[in-house]
Amino acid sequence: MNLRRLAFVAPAWLYLIVFYLYPLATNVRMGFQDFTVSSFYTGVAPFAGLRNYREVFRDPAFAGTVTNTVLFTAGSLLFQFGIGLALAVFFRRNFPLNGVLRSLLLVPWLLPLVVSGTAWRWILETDSGVLNRSLLSLHLIDEPVPWLASTSVALTAVTLVNVWVGIPFNMVILYGGLQSIPDELYEAAQLDGAGAWRRFRHITLPLLRPVTSVVLTLGLIYTLKVFDVIMVLTQGGPADSSQTLTTFSYDLSFQQLAFGHGAAVGNLLIVVAVVFAIGYLRAERRSS
Amino acid sequence: MRKLAAALAVTLTAVALGACGNGTGSTKDDNNTLTEIDYYEAAPQNTQLPKLLDECGAQVGVKVQHQQVPRAQFMPKLLQQASSRSLPDLALVDNPDLPQLAATGGLVPLKDLSTDGLYPSIVAAGKYKGDTYGIAPGVNGLALYYNKDLFAQANLQPPKTWDELTAAAKALTKGTRYGMAFSAVGTEEGSFQFEPFFWTAGASLSKLDSPEAVKALALWKDLVEAKAASKSVVTWTQADVNDQFMAGNAAMMVNGPWQLPTLNKKTDLKFGIVPIPIPSPTAKPVTPLGGEMWTVGHSNPQREAKALSVLKCLLSQDKSLEWSKAAGYIPSNQAAAQQLAQSDPQLSAFVEEVATAQARTAELGTAYPKVSEALFNAIQACLAGGKSPEEALKAAQSAAG
Repeated sequence: MNLRRLAFVAPAWLYLIVFYLYPLATNVRMGFQDFTVSSFYTGVAPFAGLRNYREVFRDPAFAGTVTNTVLFTAGSLLFQFGIGLALAVFFRRNFPLNGVLRSLLLVPWLLPLVVSGTAWRWILETDSGVLNRSLLSLHLIDEPVPWLASTSVALTAVTLVNVWVGIPFNMVILYGGLQSIPDELYEAAQLDGAGAWRRFRHITLPLLRPVTSVVLTLGLIYTLKVFDVIMVLTQGGPADSSQTLTTFSYDLSFQQLAFGHGAAVGNLLIVVAVVFAIGYLRAERRSS
Repeated sequence: MRKLAAALAVTLTAVALGACGNGTGSTKDDNNTLTEIDYYEAAPQNTQLPKLLDECGAQVGVKVQHQQVPRAQFMPKLLQQASSRSLPDLALVDNPDLPQLAATGGLVPLKDLSTDGLYPSIVAAGKYKGDTYGIAPGVNGLALYYNKDLFAQANLQPPKTWDELTAAAKALTKGTRYGMAFSAVGTEEGSFQFEPFFWTAGASLSKLDSPEAVKALALWKDLVEAKAASKSVVTWTQADVNDQFMAGNAAMMVNGPWQLPTLNKKTDLKFGIVPIPIPSPTAKPVTPLGGEMWTVGHSNPQREAKALSVLKCLLSQDKSLEWSKAAGYIPSNQAAAQQLAQSDPQLSAFVEEVATAQARTAELGTAYPKVSEALFNAIQACLAGGKSPEEALKAAQSAAG
C-alpha cells in the first residue's frame, strides 16, 4: 500500500528535486564560492565564506540598485493595483461592449514581453518616438524627454511600462473577486442611504481583502523578478539608473562573468521573496 | 502493484542514464563531424561564414556543424559548454573575451600555426600567458563615416582634428538631423567606440580619471550638450548608429568596416570614410582593435588535429582575403591588407588605422571586462546623468578598483 502511494508521489518529488531543489541549492552554494571562469572547466571553486556578499555590498552600484528595486516594485504595485481595481469596479456595471472591452484589456498580458517591450522602446524613443511627438504637438513639453536615455527618467519609464503590463492581471483577479460579492449587500446599503464612496469603502474593500492580499503578494513576487521588461527597454542603463536586483544579478553573472557575486545577489532576492511568502501564508492561515 | 514498481524503476533508470550520458555528447563520438560556434546574426557575415566552413571542411574531409548564438549569450554558452567538457571544436570569439576563455583551460594552444606576417597587435590579443590561443582571420577598427552630399552642401571638409569635428557636427545639425552619431550604449560596444578618443588623447585604461581621459569624455559631452549628437546615443548600438546614418539622421558617424556591405547597398547614399579625428594635428592616432579570433576546444587528439587543419584553411591567405572582402573585415595579414586597401579605397582609412591599433586586453588581460564596464558606465553617467566628466570618471576609477 505504502509503496503504491510512493509510486504516485515519486514523479512529483523527482521533478521538484531535479528542476527546483537542485538549481536552488546550487545557486545558494555558488553564492559562497569564488566561482570564476576557470571553475567551469576545472570544476574547482574554493569556498569564499561571506566574501561575495561583502564585495557586492561594497559595489558602488549596489545601493542605487536596491533603491531602484524598492521604487520600481512599490510604484508598479501601487499603480497596477489602483488602476486594476478602478477598472474592475468599472466593468461591474452593465454597459454595451463590456465583454469586448474587458477582453481587449487582456491583450498586454497575452503579448510576449519582448514584443510589447520592443514596441514600447519605439514609443519612448527620444527623437522619433510617438510619445514625445504627441506631447510636443500638444505643447505639453518644450523639448523631447529622453525617456530611456536619461538617468533621471529611465526608471520612471521602465516602471510605467511594467504598470501597463501588470494592469490586466490585477483587473482580472479583482474582477473575479468582485463577482463573489452579493448584489444584495449593495442594494441594502443603498436603501440605508450609503453613497457610492461609502459602499466602496465599507462593502467592496473589506469583502475584497482576501483577493487583495493574493493579488498584492503575487504582484510583489512577479515585480521583484521582472527581467524582460527592463532588459528590452534599457538593459538596466543608462549608467545603472534602471538596474534592479534581478538585472544586476544577471549583469554580474553573465556580462561580468562574476558568477559568485551574481549568485549572492540571487540569494538575497530569494530571501526577500521567502520572507514575503511566509508573511502571506501566515496571514492566510490566520484569516481562514 | 509490482507493475507499478517496475514502471517506476524503469523511469528512474532512464533518468539516471540520461544524466550520465550528458557530458559526452553524441557528436563527439563521430570524429568526422566538427562543431563550430559564432555570434554573427546578420548578413553578410552569417551567410558567408557557413560557406567558408563548408569549403574548408571539404578540403580536410570533415563535416562542420555550424551554430550561432546571440552575442550576449555567447560567453555564458561557451562557459557552460566548458563545464560539461563539450566546448565546440572551433569557436569564433571576440578578441577581448579571449583571455577569459583561455583562462578556463579548455582551449588548445595553437603551437603549430604560424602568426608570421600578421599585425602584431592581433597576435598579442590572441595570447594568454605566453601561448597563442586565438588567431583572427580578419580584423576591424573604427573610422569616421561622413555624408558627402551634406558636406558638399555646407562647403565643409571632413574633419581631421577634434575642433574640426565639433565645428562640423554643430554646422551640420539641422532640424531632425544631428551632425554626429556614435554608440555610447551600456555594453562593450560603448567602450569600443569611446576608446579611439580615449587613447588618442593619451589616456590609459589603468587610470580612468586622468586629465587626458576627462578631455576625451568632455568632447563627447560637448557634442551631446550642444545637441550636435542625439541624447539617444546612450541607447544606440553600432547597428542603430548605422541605421541613423543611412536614414540621413546623422551627417557623420563612428563605425566599423563591417557596415560597408550594408551601406554600399544603399546606392543613393554617398559617403566617405576618414580616420577618427585626433586632438591635435600632431597626436598619434590609436584605435581599439576589433574582430573575432578562431579558437580550438579540447576534445581528443584526432579531432583536435582535424580542427587545426580546418583552421589552417580558414586562415590561409586566399580564404582570409575572401572572408574579409565578403564580411567587411581587414585581413589580419599585413601584406594582404595593404593589397586590399589599394584595390578598395573605401578600406584605406581602416587599413591605415589597424596598423597602429591597440588590443583592448593588451594592458589588462582578464581584468579588461571589469574596467570596460566601469568606463561605459562613466560615459553614460556623464552623457545621460548630468555628471561632469571628472566626477563620472572618478567614480569609474574607484569602481574599477
